[in-house]
Amino acid sequence: MTPHGVGTAIIVTALLAAAWCLVTTLRKHAIGIGELIAMGVVQALVMAQIVISVVHLAQGQRPQSLVTFVGYLVAIFVILPAAGVLARLEPTRWGALIATIGCAVVAVLIVRLNQVWTGVG
Amino acid sequence: MAKSASHPEPLDRPAQKPDGPGDTASTNPGPLDRPAHKPDGPGGRIPGPRPTNAGPGRVLVAVYGLFALAATARAAVQIATKFHEAPLAYLLSALAGVVYILATVALARSDRRFAVLCCSVELVGVLAVGTASVIDRGAFPDATVWSGYGQGYGFVPLVLPVLGLLWLRRTGRA
Repeated sequence: MTPHGVGTAIIVTALLAAAWCLVTTLRKHAIGIGELIAMGVVQALVMAQIVISVVHLAQGQRPQSLVTFVGYLVAIFVILPAAGVLARLEPTRWGALIATIGCAVVAVLIVRLNQVWTGVG
Repeated sequence: MAKSASHPEPLDRPAQKPDGPGDTASTNPGPLDRPAHKPDGPGGRIPGPRPTNAGPGRVLVAVYGLFALAATARAAVQIATKFHEAPLAYLLSALAGVVYILATVALARSDRRFAVLCCSVELVGVLAVGTASVIDRGAFPDATVWSGYGQGYGFVPLVLPVLGLLWLRRTGRA
């Protein structure tokens, strides 16, 4: 079982970061260092989740579908860096929207990750 | 952070260019890898179609890329592990993945005609598969990206090709 504490922390911080980036988008600004730090915090928690998941796998615990689970881990790892780079390439409100979407997607993927582990859905 | 006296706004963000409130197109050239095109504010219109990969287009490319990844990876896992369970659904997933990849590349490279083709195929696909999956649930024992008009993905697969075509039409107007 993946620890729900880290997952919940990721979901909360990711949604907060998404809300921040959304406000930036609506104010028609590009993201600044603050939003990038917020995304970095989420990414750090994501890394913790990945390490914990790998430890669980190494201990012999298995999700319902191992391939899918690992696929989700890879996706979650990649999303925020990719969104961050794209957001910096597009230094307008549209870059901020990309960051918003990236943060929201991480939150959704964590929910899915837990479902894949327990085999629900 | 150095306090710039020439900067009119009390912002703590370095090196950014906030869009003006009236700038709906928002394609102001940034310091990075911007193609040399002009923002089409009032009076700033240039002849010919604009690139499809800047401004809102970059958001489209990002979301298309996300779906390319999601659909292709999902189809690959399904085909590799349980193809016999629902061959049609999994092949449609793979088709959707390929269409998303092609659409991402076409939009990113401003290949306008190909992008229109991809978005159209995608729209037809999501409508056809969506309708088929609603009418005959038995035909799709396992979900695809396009099942139930993209229900499992927040209906984004239904909205995306429409946004893509609208964006292509808008950037295509000279």
